[in-house]
Amino acid sequence: MSRQVVDARNLLCPLPVIRTQDAIASCRPGDELQVLCTDPGVVHDIPAWCRVHGHTVCSIDRQDREIIIDIRVEPVEAP
Amino acid sequence: MSTPRKAVALISGGLDSLLAARVVMDQGIHVEGINFYTGFCVEGHTHAIRKQNRARPKRNNALWSAEQLGIRLHIIDIIEEYKDVVINPRHGYGANLNPCLDCKIFMVEKAYEWMQANHFDFIITGEVIGQRPMSQRKDTMPVVARDSGAGDRLVRPLCARNLPETLPEREGWLDRERLYGFNGRSRKPQIALAAKYGFEDFAQPAGGCCFLTDRQYSVKLADLWETRGSRRYELDDIMLLKVGRHLRPRPHFKMIVGREEGENHFLEGYRKRFLHMFPVSHTGPLVLLDGKRIGSADIELAARLTARFSKGRDAENVTVEINDNCGPVRTIDVTPMSAEDIPQDWYL
Repeated sequence: MSRQVVDARNLLCPLPVIRTQDAIASCRPGDELQVLCTDPGVVHDIPAWCRVHGHTVCSIDRQDREIIIDIRVEPVEAP
Repeated sequence: MSTPRKAVALISGGLDSLLAARVVMDQGIHVEGINFYTGFCVEGHTHAIRKQNRARPKRNNALWSAEQLGIRLHIIDIIEEYKDVVINPRHGYGANLNPCLDCKIFMVEKAYEWMQANHFDFIITGEVIGQRPMSQRKDTMPVVARDSGAGDRLVRPLCARNLPETLPEREGWLDRERLYGFNGRSRKPQIALAAKYGFEDFAQPAGGCCFLTDRQYSVKLADLWETRGSRRYELDDIMLLKVGRHLRPRPHFKMIVGREEGENHFLEGYRKRFLHMFPVSHTGPLVLLDGKRIGSADIELAARLTARFSKGRDAENVTVEINDNCGPVRTIDVTPMSAEDIPQDWYL
């Protein structure tokens, strides 16, 4: 199990979602990802992306203008 | 038991692509969505930069569509590759700097590459004959299929019955009778189909989903190219064109003036890259100056304009702080320019 941090600060949506998606593409089930953002839109978009792909958003924290989202990577089911 | 066929749907976030994907899912096809980010996309978030628009929903409409459909959505960054489409469109521009036909060809081509790389069988788009004047005409539909390389693996479920049979229909993966024959600009058939499926609250952007269809945005992009002497851009350039009031008081520099708090916050992220100024004696905008060889007379002119857009517009003097990111920060006192002294052709 690994843990990595994605710095998506100062990027406007959907770029933080794309950075998250690209990082998860190289992850294994059980890995954890922390995404650092500043666009308030990520509070809606990253959880929405995780829902459609079956990954789990463990927490969303705000520190001043920074938003920190913790994600657990889940197994991807074949069609 | 046969393997279920798989289709990749171009999901823009609008109603037509949502319906097209749903119609195909109804026939037992596994569908996944793909959405391309060009940098010119009109996003809820781009509008949300402006504080006055923060009451608007901040959702990404393509993700919202994917959730309604219960499908995966892959969002692809095509910012770099897309530059050639905008700068050198083989089929030309529409009413503004919108290369709609080249754009459609390019996106279907990228979807076709994705389809092959991921072992999918065909592509779905929400195109309807006659819906758009440039890219969705009966004579351009075959051009998109041919030039993208997708050929008869490109299915338009909403108008398929007005078009020749595609491979998925011939192979029996799709029943042509359960596809549709919409055409023209009327939205009534789509609205009725949305009601049938129970879709509500879908996005219907009046000006499409791309800033390049916007006249004012295109004027600013053309100005950028003209003053640079070449048709090129970076992502930051095209993002800044979406924000603020743009004025070119002199050929060698332009001003980007924050219109309210949200835009000022956004422009703050660019302060270190531009000479910038803001009023300190009154509430007012953050202003970036984009240009070369900006002299003291230019700075005074820009400061007077900055004062004009501040709460001190009617005051005798406004103090403006100026930072060129290399010398010391300084302030100057200026008389705000009157509205009638600002030529209309300074506004981009």
